Amino acid sequence: MARYESLLDACGGTPLVGLPRLSPTVPEGAPPVRLWAKLEDRNPTGSIKDRPALFMVRQAEESGRLRPGDTILEPTSGNTGISLAMVAKLRGYRLVCVMPENVSSERVQLLRMYGAEIIFSPAAGGSNQAVATAKEIAAEHPDWVMLFQYGNDANARAHYETTGPELLHDLPTITHFVAGLGTTGTLMGTGRYLREKVDGIQIVAAEPRYGELVYGLRNIDEGYVPELYDASVLNRRFSVGTRDAVLRTRQLVEVEGIFAGFSTGAILHAALAVAHEAVKKGERADVAFVVCDGGWKYLSTGAYGGTLAEAEEALEGQLWA
Amino acid sequence: MAIEVRVPTILRSYTGGAKVVEGAGDTLGGLLTDLDAKYSGLRGRLVTPEGGLHRFVNIYVNDEDVRFLGSLDAKLSDGDAVTILPAVAGGALGFAAAAALFGR
Repeated sequence: MARYESLLDACGGTPLVGLPRLSPTVPEGAPPVRLWAKLEDRNPTGSIKDRPALFMVRQAEESGRLRPGDTILEPTSGNTGISLAMVAKLRGYRLVCVMPENVSSERVQLLRMYGAEIIFSPAAGGSNQAVATAKEIAAEHPDWVMLFQYGNDANARAHYETTGPELLHDLPTITHFVAGLGTTGTLMGTGRYLREKVDGIQIVAAEPRYGELVYGLRNIDEGYVPELYDASVLNRRFSVGTRDAVLRTRQLVEVEGIFAGFSTGAILHAALAVAHEAVKKGERADVAFVVCDGGWKYLSTGAYGGTLAEAEEALEGQLWA
Repeated sequence: MAIEVRVPTILRSYTGGAKVVEGAGDTLGGLLTDLDAKYSGLRGRLVTPEGGLHRFVNIYVNDEDVRFLGSLDAKLSDGDAVTILPAVAGGALGFAAAAALFGR
């Protein structure tokens, strides 16, 4: 920690903290198994997405795709939108986000506060309608720039150049890296870097398993795998349901005092699974996992209190990660 | 040997609307062949003519992706839970819209 020329320069360099209470107990004389949390909520807008947002904008600037005053179009209501809004504000771009009108009011307020413009698509049409709306807008404005985080190399490169080296510097004995699988940028970039530097490193993905509504495709061929995804970077991939994600999110704040969003709970669930396997095998393990963001944006779901069943119901049909 | 299989909404036309079905097999491939005898056509939606898993299908054994457990050769034991899901998870809105925009 030091001083920085501007907020953008303060991106990354997040702390890695040990979890002495959540790490499993090992039998007398057995090698230690430890959990370490990379606190990505300590980035400028409070999420890991500041890293790819900054790298994608910089790359577009360097290639000449983005010029001063240009408009960036991004169909997102999530953390990437918030990060891009901040970067766009400081670098002098206009950001237009497309999202269904039924997203939480916290998201809308945050995006507007950071200066983004929002185009709503009708709630009734769901994400299919948002797709159609985004298509129309892009056709009307061919000069607007879409960074496309699911296929943008700069997304993964941000983690190859920053998250990976930071982890190795702070935890040279790392044996496992566990992160969430969305755009796949964090796992691809950090995973590639660590594989090059650490023999036998295990790269583990935790993927949120949502309620049925989210998988409302008409057929399998409407599915999508991000262009960035390369399965050979991963060793394992866990699907984590809402209940387990909520349980672990609550445990993290109750036991270790870390207040995180639900995607972090899903990641912790996978991290604990590999940690307990290491204990069973009697192997040493230093398991580092990502805390993607803080819990603030999810308080209105009500899922931090009440029973697990109530929390599960509150998150049904929502993209909680 | 009973293995519980969770079927996503879009494939329930093959299971008579059932959300959870039971099958048997020592491997995932064996299980899918067993299921196809009862629910004709289901296997063809999950496995390509070349014999690999469909690109947009994810199958999990006890919450772990079978692609990292040997795919169709993944070993199964009595009491295992198998979940089938379409590949859409993770910021579904963002990538669905992006994919459509870029014609993918």
